[in-house]
Amino acid sequence: MDLGLDVEERDGFAVLSVRGEVDVYTAPRFRERLIELVSEGKHKIIVDLEGVDFLDSTGLGVLVGGLKRLRSHDGDLLLVCTQSRILKVFEITGLTKVFAIHDSVDAAVGGGSGGGAGA
Amino acid sequence: MTDRELAGEVVELEIPARAEFVALARLVVSALASSDSNLADERIDDLKLAVSEACTNAIEAHDAAGSQERVLVRCKTGDDSLEVCVEDRGHGFDPAQLPDHPPVTDPDRLKFERGLGIPLIRALVDEVEFSPTAQGTAVRLVMRHGANGIGTG
Repeated sequence: MDLGLDVEERDGFAVLSVRGEVDVYTAPRFRERLIELVSEGKHKIIVDLEGVDFLDSTGLGVLVGGLKRLRSHDGDLLLVCTQSRILKVFEITGLTKVFAIHDSVDAAVGGGSGGGAGA
Repeated sequence: MTDRELAGEVVELEIPARAEFVALARLVVSALASSDSNLADERIDDLKLAVSEACTNAIEAHDAAGSQERVLVRCKTGDDSLEVCVEDRGHGFDPAQLPDHPPVTDPDRLKFERGLGIPLIRALVDEVEFSPTAQGTAVRLVMRHGANGIGTG
């Protein structure tokens, strides 16, 4: 099973685009990539979930861990997601209140942590 | 296949208790659920997620118990429901003993990276039952035909 993890820079943010299925098998790679970015000094990260076909609680755990790690560096982790089946997982677990969730990378870059559905 | 042909059948899948096989369990359950026209696509997604959570827990239980046994996924098509049972041969657990998470607005909530699976299962399916077996735990997930799922019913 393929998990795509591409990183690009956008206006001071590292944008990590995730593609494929995030579950107990692929989540460790996702976690490692996030930790790598933080240790490279990237403390403002946008995780783009638009290419994600499936995400379960192990994926949520990676995101919560990433947010915690970044906040300890005075950074932030923003999400981009418009797919209802993925958003639903955040809604059920109450994590829409924890993450700033934006409609696009542009909106995330422009809005910081103050904008978006989750703020 | 018509729904009548599907009703009352049992499909069993045994997977090695390894992370890479959870995707296979999801695939088989969602394919079976898709051939049952009584479940809407959104509900099939819900079931797929619940099965993924149950299989993940089963594999973690096997890891913790050092068990080399397989995890059993049994699907039963009924006249008015689809039932999936995930049986592990780990040492078992008591869902009532799971710690409560702080509210999401509490900054302490970020301390919890795990433990979201069971609440997700409870929210996604119409009925869930955790029962101890001789070798571990059986998680029974039921999706009823015609039920609307979360937020719509």
